[in-house]
Amino acid sequence: MISLKINKALCGAKGEMSLEVDLEIEQGEFLAISGESGAGKSTLLRILAGLEEAEGEVVVDGQSWRNFPVQKRQIGFVFQDFGLFENMSVEQNLLFVANDRVLAEKLLEITQLSELKKRKPNTLSGGQKQRVALARAFMSRPKILLLDEPLSALNPEMRLKLQKEILKLHQRFGCTTLMVSHDASDIYRMASRVVVMELGKIVKDGTAKEVFSTDSSCLIGEVLEVQQNRVIVLVGQQLIELEVSKDKQLNIGDHIKLESYLAF
Amino acid sequence: MHELLNTLSTLDLSPFALSFKLATITTLILFIVTLPLAWVLSQSKSKVKPIIESIVSLPLVLPPSVLGFYLLVAFSSFDLAFTFKGLIVASCFYSLPFMVQPLQGGFESLNKNMIESSYIAGKSKWVTLFRVALPNIKPALMTALIITFAHTVGEFGVVLMIGGSIPDETRVASIAIYDLMNNLEYGKAHIYSAIMLLISFFVLLSVYIFNHKQKYFKGVRA
Repeated sequence: MISLKINKALCGAKGEMSLEVDLEIEQGEFLAISGESGAGKSTLLRILAGLEEAEGEVVVDGQSWRNFPVQKRQIGFVFQDFGLFENMSVEQNLLFVANDRVLAEKLLEITQLSELKKRKPNTLSGGQKQRVALARAFMSRPKILLLDEPLSALNPEMRLKLQKEILKLHQRFGCTTLMVSHDASDIYRMASRVVVMELGKIVKDGTAKEVFSTDSSCLIGEVLEVQQNRVIVLVGQQLIELEVSKDKQLNIGDHIKLESYLAF
Repeated sequence: MHELLNTLSTLDLSPFALSFKLATITTLILFIVTLPLAWVLSQSKSKVKPIIESIVSLPLVLPPSVLGFYLLVAFSSFDLAFTFKGLIVASCFYSLPFMVQPLQGGFESLNKNMIESSYIAGKSKWVTLFRVALPNIKPALMTALIITFAHTVGEFGVVLMIGGSIPDETRVASIAIYDLMNNLEYGKAHIYSAIMLLISFFVLLSVYIFNHKQKYFKGVRA
């Protein structure tokens, strides 16, 4: 069980703000943290990791983590920019964390990196680097796994596969996971709980369904192109062409509600 | 021509040997002593950091005579004036910023998350320094070592004040050239100066080629 009661002055996207978080996370929970950039999501992970200081208290399994060095926290962290050891090969990146060849092989296999294990990070693509960072984060058999947008650089196919693999590893290692993500599909498939942050504060807390389904009877789309009586609308990642009644004036960039649809 | 050959054959190269010995020892000492300092400075957010940085950079702006004067005052109680050991101590002060600044700059330019990843992996600051930070700043390391070496070879003012010109003890190349000038031995002074010029040029050239290759290699493979 992790209990966070923290307070820290931050310079956010909209000027100065204070990060005020009071959060309890159960052992084994998979918590997603969502919200606009600059809301303090990454800072929250960094404070939990011991990389940044804050006022207040971080208590893990009844033990206060005040003045508890980052080296002893037994966490896994996937940074947004990966933070790979540039001087080491993919395999050495993993073995540097823990000299456990069996686990390293297994993780390289899961992340489909076995072929690339002798390569240096600067020869890899963004998606490959992200997978190395993920594999490396599990090498310490972490109690707490902190993921800062861990799947953002991956293509949809790899993303889907790694969503499953991260979940499996999360369960296998029995870790408590905190994942910063903007992606509703990542959150829906992986997280058991979601908190949404705005300007340093938690404004929503619940399951993915509760948090993201505001009005289940309509979809919101963005107008991309307006023709005479037709518009092209973006809904999620899909383009839909719609007829519009003549008296309706629509402009590019407008957000419109699409109602009355059925699944078939 | 005959005269030139004659001059070359009788050329005393011991001042150069002494210069290189002094530069090698100084570079080694400075590297060992200032590596932790540069590392700590690069990671520090302390308020005293600008004070330490200013002290380290002082030899860049101080006239060598000021440094030489204070060192002579300090040496009077240690019996170091006009000795090779004294020259080493003086060189270590004089070349200090040339070792610390490139190292510190190299460490500061490292990806912060890479260093933090090492801490998260449970590694201490020292293990992180030697296994992660140092191997990733090769161009800065190369610059620090070679520029410190070259700068010590090129030292004049402080050496003159601290060491004088005792053959095989404190008479390094730069002092030898000064002496030759004073004795109106222009032929030898020319040769000595040309050797110094060539060595300095090739030292700098090697640094720039190495660093260019490092950047090119990273750029192509990235």
